[in-house]
Amino acid sequence: MTPHNREHLATLSEIRSLMERSSRFISLSGLSGVAAGLWALVGAAAAFVYLGKVPFDGRYHTFVDVGQWGVPPVVFFAINASLVLVLALFSGIYFTTRKARRNGQPIWGQLTRRLLWSLAVPLAVGGLFSLAMIRSGMVLLVAPATLVFYGLALLNASKYTLHDIRYLGMTEMGLGLIAAFWPGYGLEFWAIGFGLAHILYGTAMYMKYERKL
Amino acid sequence: MKRILTKLNKAFDHRVRLGIMSVLVVNDWVDFTFLKDTLELTDGRLASHIKALEKVKYLEVRKRFVGRKPNTSYRVTEKGRQAFQAHLDALEELLKQSK
Repeated sequence: MTPHNREHLATLSEIRSLMERSSRFISLSGLSGVAAGLWALVGAAAAFVYLGKVPFDGRYHTFVDVGQWGVPPVVFFAINASLVLVLALFSGIYFTTRKARRNGQPIWGQLTRRLLWSLAVPLAVGGLFSLAMIRSGMVLLVAPATLVFYGLALLNASKYTLHDIRYLGMTEMGLGLIAAFWPGYGLEFWAIGFGLAHILYGTAMYMKYERKL
Repeated sequence: MKRILTKLNKAFDHRVRLGIMSVLVVNDWVDFTFLKDTLELTDGRLASHIKALEKVKYLEVRKRFVGRKPNTSYRVTEKGRQAFQAHLDALEELLKQSK
C-alpha cells in the first residue's frame, strides 16, 4: 500500500468514527443494565413474598383490599415500583458516568439530551396509560403494558445509542405481548423482562464493549 | 488515476473540514460547542473552517438565543451532502483501484 492510500484509508476510518461518535451516545454501560435488572428482581421477589405467591403457580393475582403487613396493595406496589425505578436510575447513571469519564467522553450534551428525550416520551405515555388502566380496573394488563411501552422506548432510543438496545427493546415488547395474551402472569413476565433480560443484555454488552478497556 | 484525483473536492482539502462534514451529515442542527468538543478544536480554527464551508454553501447557519445566550447552529445543505458523498466515493474508488 502506498503512503497516499494509507492516508486515504485513515481518513475514511476517521470519518466513520466521527459519524458514529457524533450521532450516538456510546457511553451507556452494560453494568447499568445489570444493576437495573438486579433491583427489578429484588422488587419482584418482594412482591411475590407480599402476595404469598410462588412464581408460575398458576393463581391469578387478586388485588384484595386487605393486603399484607397492614399495607394495602396499591400502596405496596406504588412504593415497590418507585423504589426499583429510583435505584435502577441511580445505579444506571453511576455506571454510565463512570464509563464516560474513563473514556474521556462528555456526559451531558446534545447526544445525552436526545437519548433521554427519545426514552422519556414513550415512557411517559406508557406510564399515564398504565394509570388509566388501573383506574378502569384492568390491573392484569398493567405489567404487559409497561413491558410493551418500555420496549418501544428502547427501540426508539436505539437510534441514539448502542445498537444492541434495539434487541433488548424487541425482547421487552415480545415478553409484553406474550404476557398480554397469557394474563395472570404479569409479575412473572415483569421479573423476566425488567430483571433477567436486563441482566443478560447488560452482561453481553459489558463483555462486548467494556471488558477489553 | 488522475481523473479520480480531480474528483476529490478542493473544499475538503483539509481534515478539519471533512471532520465538520462527517458530524453534520449524521445530525440535524449541530451547535458550535458540540462541534468544537467532538473535533477537539479551538474556537478560532473551527470558525475559520466553518466559514470556508459556508462560503461554498455546504452548510447553513442559524443564529438564535437560547435563554440569554447566543447559540449558533449549523446544518449541512443538500449541496454539501452530495459533495461530501461524492468525495467519499472518490476516496473509496482510489483505494479500490490501487488494491
